[in-house]
Amino acid sequence: MTTGITGFGAYLPRFRLRRAALQELLGRPARSGTRTVASHDEDALTMGVEASRIALAERSHDPTTVWFATTRPPYLDKTNATALAAALRLPDATGAYDVNGSVRSAVGALRAAAATAPSLAVLSDLRYGLPGSSELLEGGDAACAFAFGDDPLAELLAVGSVSVELLDRWRAEGAAGPSTWEERFASAPLVCGMEAATEQALGGAGLAVSDLNHVVISSSLTRAARTVARRFAPDVLAGHFHEAVGYAGAADAGLQLAGVLEGARPDEHILVLVGADGGDAMVFRTTDRVTERRSERSLQRALTDGDDRLSVASMLTWRGLLPREAARRPSPRMPSAPAAARNRAWKFGFVASRCRDCSTRHLPPQRTCRTCQSVDRMAPEPMADEGGTIATFTLDWLAASVSPPSVVAVVDFEGGGRFQCLLTDCDVDRVRIGDPVRMSFRMVDIAGNGVRNYAWKATPVNQER
Amino acid sequence: MAFARTEVAVVGMGCTEFGERWDRSLDDLLIDAAGQAVASVPGFDVRDVDAFWLGTHSSGLSGLALSRPLKIQHKPVTRVENMCATGSDALRNASYAVAAGAYDVVMAIGGEKLKDTGMSGLVVPSVPDDGTPVDLTAPAMFSLIAPAYMRKYDVSAEDFRAALTHIAWKNYRNGARNPRAHFRREVSKEAITRAQVVAGTLGIHDCSGVSDGAAAAIVVRAEDARRYCDRPMYVRALALAAGPADGPNDPDYDYTGFPEVRATAAAAYAQAGISEPARQIAMAEVHDCFTPTELVLMEDLGFSEPGMAWRDVLEGRYDLDGALPVNPDGGLKSFGHPIGASGLRMLFELWLQFRGEAGERQLDDPRLGLTHNLGGPPGEVVSFVSVVSPEPESVGHG
Repeated sequence: MTTGITGFGAYLPRFRLRRAALQELLGRPARSGTRTVASHDEDALTMGVEASRIALAERSHDPTTVWFATTRPPYLDKTNATALAAALRLPDATGAYDVNGSVRSAVGALRAAAATAPSLAVLSDLRYGLPGSSELLEGGDAACAFAFGDDPLAELLAVGSVSVELLDRWRAEGAAGPSTWEERFASAPLVCGMEAATEQALGGAGLAVSDLNHVVISSSLTRAARTVARRFAPDVLAGHFHEAVGYAGAADAGLQLAGVLEGARPDEHILVLVGADGGDAMVFRTTDRVTERRSERSLQRALTDGDDRLSVASMLTWRGLLPREAARRPSPRMPSAPAAARNRAWKFGFVASRCRDCSTRHLPPQRTCRTCQSVDRMAPEPMADEGGTIATFTLDWLAASVSPPSVVAVVDFEGGGRFQCLLTDCDVDRVRIGDPVRMSFRMVDIAGNGVRNYAWKATPVNQER
Repeated sequence: MAFARTEVAVVGMGCTEFGERWDRSLDDLLIDAAGQAVASVPGFDVRDVDAFWLGTHSSGLSGLALSRPLKIQHKPVTRVENMCATGSDALRNASYAVAAGAYDVVMAIGGEKLKDTGMSGLVVPSVPDDGTPVDLTAPAMFSLIAPAYMRKYDVSAEDFRAALTHIAWKNYRNGARNPRAHFRREVSKEAITRAQVVAGTLGIHDCSGVSDGAAAAIVVRAEDARRYCDRPMYVRALALAAGPADGPNDPDYDYTGFPEVRATAAAAYAQAGISEPARQIAMAEVHDCFTPTELVLMEDLGFSEPGMAWRDVLEGRYDLDGALPVNPDGGLKSFGHPIGASGLRMLFELWLQFRGEAGERQLDDPRLGLTHNLGGPPGEVVSFVSVVSPEPESVGHG
């Protein structure tokens, strides 16, 4: 029985910052391309949820363990993966664990998932630093997710790992972004690490370099990645998306792997190499299943779906790098923990209720039916994957928002049910009654004490730019 | 149904100046309003009041918020809250108490001190929740009426905008003739139409302001009214409805009106024996929190046919010199909306009108007046309607 990747998903936030705009603001030489920017209502958790929904779409069974890796965990001390599991409506009997803090955590998550199948590894990151930093310029926000189990589309053949204690890159708690030593310092150790890991993995898989069809190389140290890349034939090197997306940290290798899997044919060998604090290698072989399930929400599509009109000021504000004067409105307040716990299926999972007597859907769920007044005759009704249309909407310029105006839409769902919610990732000038929407898990705001309020919002489907 | 016939009357009223009363606390406003009401009844003292109902939404807690400043000596004081119908509901509960014979003389008083919050726009205090309800401001909630009405009745954006502007212009004009109003200047239609957008298609002049104020009424049984007052105001109907609050979840709710208002209007008209409100009501104080609200209220209250209110507005039907003056005192537009006070402030205008004391706004011998409040966003409101008259017997009843 072989174990490997049974499903995967990649998520890119809609917004792109043109690097030229950032450089112009800082009075620096022009730089081409764009980087992805998580919106004001996104974080590592919400992006991870989106990628996971794609990976788990049409799943035959739920993962029993979830591994969540990011360098930007919403919370410390508290597990973030439990919120992920709740958003994915996984059963209570699920192990949900954070593998947090470093870029290399992603590999840890993948290896742990491979060892605990059926499982899900979710790799998500936001990359930024102070204005002037290379992280802000070259980084990219993204998430990807890999389900592991039997009968895979890509079998995991072998792994290799070399760990090197190296102070080449670090972020102290409270710092805006990572600090680095001189680039040349870490190049050799990382290159050696990646090469040694490759040897281990190829050896374990009984393969030669020439057997490889695709090679993913991901390292925060571009120099090291380039050096290692020269060991392989140019045509097997997987596309990285640094020009359009940026270096995605914990999500970077997985993003490249997703790109490979979307175009791979059966019986191809894939090497995934990560150069961080040493070197990690994973060798996969695709099966017939790799061409079977191709999601509409593909990485290829996401790459073309970006909006590059984002201002530098907005990006800096969203990442907390440009403090702004607050409106004379009450500060966001934290949700009541008991209320959020009682309603976790609704709040995190968007599970509504349906009256067993008259079939009326209720969003949010109710105990008393609004149509037939029956009490406690409700069944849970998962609505997260239902499509809807905008019945009416308004722009609220007065509401306190990091990114005014707030757009509130009344959404009518296919199959019944109406719900009033915030509309996000939309061009406010182009919202129209009748527009189709889908639901997305988002972070509404952060209270003064740092507590994040999560809720589902609607996003337009196929909004023309 | 309660109140099949007239049972109570208002025999005294008071109303403070409304506005940004930096110099007055809630205590001060309540003392002022209560004092005026008491002084309006010859030979009357606050100690003659048997029980009090205090309407305040978020400016004071418990009956102590009134008994403390007035130094009421161990009398019943009930604090009432029902969103924007708070002040009116204080009147309603006070009325039932004297009608039931529990007390002989009661006071309904409403007050609000919103300018102590320092916030832009109205802030509704919240109860702890799971964080999922959408945090919508009041202008945004009511802005949903505009596109809905235009679509349903095929009204052009220009015409609809003109109707909204007319409503704001009319109310500012009336308020300019009212020494108690917050805003006492006329505003041109051009300024109204060009105002900065706040939400949807609503500009700053489409929204009522945040204000402080208080108003009070002395209420007795109708049979005792003449002992206190030469020209009592008889309460002919009181209706209140709290809806099931499922409008936002009901695909059949179309944001062009308020079922709760229609329900309370029907109940009030039945109590008062009114079969043709558009013809029989001489003046109305309605809840113009936003201009589109007043517009659709004309239909929900039966003053205009469905889809025709915008035309009636533009034709001047609801102007001070029109067939049915609406908000002759200037409305929420000119007074702002100190929540607990508004319902009683509305009643105060009708009180003045019936007594011939409305100065420049005086209408020619009105015989039936209506007050209306609604609280909450479209689709989930509390609505209140009252009908009052200088005569205890039904007027125009078949």
